[in-house]
Amino acid sequence: MRVGVLALQGDFALHAKALEKCGVEAVEVRKPSELDDVEGLIIPGGESTTLLKLMEAWNFVSTIEKFHGAGKPIFGTCAGLIILAREVESPTQFSLGLIDVTVERNAYGRQRESFEASGVARLDAGPIPLEMVFIRAPRIRRLGPGVQVLAEHRGEPVMARQGRVLVATFHPELTDTTMRTAWTCTLLDRTNRSRT
Amino acid sequence: MSDLNGLRIADRKHIGLAEMLKGGVIMDVTNAEQAKIAEDAGAASVMALERVPADIRKEGGVARMSPVKKIKEIQKTVTIPVMAKARIGHFVEAQILEALAVDYIDESEVLTPADEHFHIDKFAFRIPFVCGCRDLGEALRRIGEGAAMIRTKGEAGSGNIVEAVRHMRALVSGIRRLTTLAPEELMTEAKTLGAPYDLVRWVAKAGKLPVPNFSAGGIATPADAALMMQLGAEAVFVGSGIFKSSDPAKRARAIVQATTHFKDPDVLARVSEDLGDAMVGLETSKLPEKELLQTRGW
Repeated sequence: MRVGVLALQGDFALHAKALEKCGVEAVEVRKPSELDDVEGLIIPGGESTTLLKLMEAWNFVSTIEKFHGAGKPIFGTCAGLIILAREVESPTQFSLGLIDVTVERNAYGRQRESFEASGVARLDAGPIPLEMVFIRAPRIRRLGPGVQVLAEHRGEPVMARQGRVLVATFHPELTDTTMRTAWTCTLLDRTNRSRT
Repeated sequence: MSDLNGLRIADRKHIGLAEMLKGGVIMDVTNAEQAKIAEDAGAASVMALERVPADIRKEGGVARMSPVKKIKEIQKTVTIPVMAKARIGHFVEAQILEALAVDYIDESEVLTPADEHFHIDKFAFRIPFVCGCRDLGEALRRIGEGAAMIRTKGEAGSGNIVEAVRHMRALVSGIRRLTTLAPEELMTEAKTLGAPYDLVRWVAKAGKLPVPNFSAGGIATPADAALMMQLGAEAVFVGSGIFKSSDPAKRARAIVQATTHFKDPDVLARVSEDLGDAMVGLETSKLPEKELLQTRGW
């Protein structure tokens, strides 16, 4: 079992570590051809503008669309969510449109307004307590009809899923144990199911 | 403040922002126009300062925090995080930067120090700090004061990578050495390093710093950036190297590519082609001691 982590910029190393704790081989992906032999993809936190420039320079857009089209799971955190969303606001920018949500960037403010909170994730395996770290985080402003909310903070969706695309506005990869494992296992669970 | 197995260090959300900047390039800018060029080139963040280090070196005088108006213009222009420099020990410049909601404060040796003995108590702020170091002891002193990110100092404004290499090698070998010591040797090592004992013990066990470690001071080419990444930097700061070159936008794009693809010589060769002139470099070994920026702070 191999899962790719887009390693153009951002906290890809933390995601790779979380995968490995789950017994999954993590592959750092810097070129589209490296997606050929992985069964899932994580788009990490980072700066979405930077990630987009690097993705464009290497023609990642069509490759990730094909990857998604082949039914392989993709998981995006924070900047990864922004890249996967249908629409992006403040500012309006290109995105892949693989999950039907509208996302507002830096929607809580600058770093001074970054915060931590606790919550509950409703995953396949049951409810799991969450430690959520929001860093210059985006907010999901619109949910399409096919999108399932997996976790909320103050009544707003912060973790969601549509088909094989999972997203979070916070950073599960920054917190220890339960969530890290749960999150990775969810991805795995879905990957394994997509095979059968 | 957060507690990492009993260790008093910066907040997780602040260390987390440094994690998000990894693999990226943080570019020095003095105005909104430069900030836009940096963002368009793929900078992960920009650093606002009054003058780039090469000009501070040339023009002399007291180098201070960037003017408030310039910082606001830069914040209005870009969506990536905006950092700004405060003088070492100048906690009121830091308070002003906090009021402006910059995303990171660099308590920087590039500016003229305000205090010869004391660095800022970084735990007293709601926004994170990055600080420079030349070796492990200096890194751990700053982390002990609350820095959420460390950068090796290099020699800012020199366009010469040799000091950055020296500092990164000193830091990495300092960390490696700690991992080889027996528990009873660590207190003496803490004394020798002038570093907090708890942090020394933590690093000896983990084999790394508890906060991200970036590189600064002297990066002028894509090859310089990739060199620092291969030596263990997790991201790079580029100061004068971009806006003192003949084609800043192109060089900035090339350095961004080189920082991502730092292990791929084919990419490095391709992005290094046809960049125009790099900034003029200085022979740092010929600079008199009092002209060195890296010796500011302790």
